[in-house]
Amino acid sequence: MRENLWKNIRLGFKTNKLAVAGAAAIVILTLAAVFAFLYPMDPNQISVTDRWLWPCQAHPFGTDDMGRDYLARCLYGGRASLAAGFMAMILSTFIGIVVGSVSGFMGGAVDAVLMRIVDALMSLPTFLIMVVMNAYLEPGLQNVVLIIGFLTWMNIARIVRGETIAVNQREYVIYAKISGQKKMAVIVKHILPNIMPTIIVAATMNIANAILMESALSFFGMGLRPPAASWGSMLSNAQGYIATAPYMAFFPGLLILITVISFNYLGEALRKVFEPK
Amino acid sequence: MKKIVNRIIQCILTMFIVSIICFALVKAAPGDPVMTYVEPNMSEEYIANLRESLGLTKPMWEQYALWLGRILQGNFGNSLMNSRPVLTQILERLPATMILMGTSMVLGFVIALFLGLYSGKNKNGILDKIVSFFCFVGISIPTFWFGIMLIYLLSVYFHLLPSIGMHSEGDGSLGDLIIHLIMPCAVLTFSNASQYIRYLRSSTITEMSSDYVAVQTAYGMKESGILFKHVLKNAMLPMITVLGMSLQTLVSGAIITEQVFAWPGIGQLAVTAVSQFDYPLIMGITMFTALLVVAGNLLADILYAVFDPRIRKAT
Repeated sequence: MRENLWKNIRLGFKTNKLAVAGAAAIVILTLAAVFAFLYPMDPNQISVTDRWLWPCQAHPFGTDDMGRDYLARCLYGGRASLAAGFMAMILSTFIGIVVGSVSGFMGGAVDAVLMRIVDALMSLPTFLIMVVMNAYLEPGLQNVVLIIGFLTWMNIARIVRGETIAVNQREYVIYAKISGQKKMAVIVKHILPNIMPTIIVAATMNIANAILMESALSFFGMGLRPPAASWGSMLSNAQGYIATAPYMAFFPGLLILITVISFNYLGEALRKVFEPK
Repeated sequence: MKKIVNRIIQCILTMFIVSIICFALVKAAPGDPVMTYVEPNMSEEYIANLRESLGLTKPMWEQYALWLGRILQGNFGNSLMNSRPVLTQILERLPATMILMGTSMVLGFVIALFLGLYSGKNKNGILDKIVSFFCFVGISIPTFWFGIMLIYLLSVYFHLLPSIGMHSEGDGSLGDLIIHLIMPCAVLTFSNASQYIRYLRSSTITEMSSDYVAVQTAYGMKESGILFKHVLKNAMLPMITVLGMSLQTLVSGAIITEQVFAWPGIGQLAVTAVSQFDYPLIMGITMFTALLVVAGNLLADILYAVFDPRIRKAT
């Protein structure tokens, strides 16, 4: 069963070059973020004489308004952006799985209440709420992750609920229930493994969204405190120098785009593998 | 009919939960709301009285009930920034946001209609591959970055378009409005057209492989005839729901776009309200936009039932 899955994934990716490119880009960007310290430039080294240098040999991405090497800042900024995306995804997936499986498995009043809450959260202008909450809390990576995680689990909950209801009617689940297993055990042992592929697909796409949201929040001046930066906060800073140093806006934005599109391609490719039409 | 009534009850419940979230959000805010009214020469006793008269000593549920009662009467309270009624301020900003969101929704839909249908029909053709690539870019691109890059290219570098605002100073003409609208609208349209195209393409593919298309082809009907007469009709139906669902992302996108292009709409008002900690205004905008989204979704569901005879008969 498991071997088959890997075979399918390999086959699916063989025919989908863009998905392979996406996966490669994710690996490269993650490695670059993890091993950012190997690049000899210090991202916070201010140099008044080197301000606003366009990309050149010494500074491949140029320098910013304080003369800091922009490639180094992009590498460390990527660390923050990717970390925020991954952690927010883990949090939102976890909440989504818990709410969705409980809702689908219990049914009745519990289901009705939980689903109304999901409806309500889905009709709120999420981004506005994030901005509001961010204004209350201390700025920082941790709070950004919490806010994004707690406001983006709804789609996963809906998917998991639907799949749980579908799986709930299968013979082996009914058998497990009749044979006296606890509800928790039935959910964890029998229902979740079956809907894992769907969850993985949704989670992959959630990383993409979380990275976009983190960058948007940072763009609005929330998130990390200077001198630490993420791609989004670098963009926010770059907006002020758009006429003299457009490359300052170009590079972080391009990196966000490449990362997000890669996760979206990866998710799409996985979806095709798991649920062939 | 019964289904629609059920849906309306559901919507009311949803709005009820939204109102609780809004209320909790503001109550959780740091700082003492009475402090906004306090002046240095006020006595302790006076402040205590003020707290009492503002209803801040009442239990939480009572405060909530009073607040909800006022909201239901259309009284959203006054802004802390300039003491003007919240609702008036929202309604003032509404047209600008409606122009931006409405134009890009219609435009996105029209673009999606052509490209989605074409891509779905010529699945895996060259144009389909190009379109699908751009759709991925559209859903992945950070809106504000796309906006900044457009401003650099078209305003700073080529001096073609004005970079910010809705009107030039003292110029109220339609042409001037359109010139200002081009860039923000392009940014917003790119992302929502990409979503629409993806849905329309996949529903076109599903419809193309259904039996009635095969039957029509067997009868010798022209391909374009089948496409426009039958496939389009069936593929369009789910689009109603998609349009309704896209409202929420559209609102979020509009907040960001308005900020980048200094478009004087509700999104910009919201960001100002947050930065000034103007709680009545924040609550008002949140409630108002949520109501808009819920109403939009309800309308989509009703329209769906009206246009789909299968559902119409079932209800």
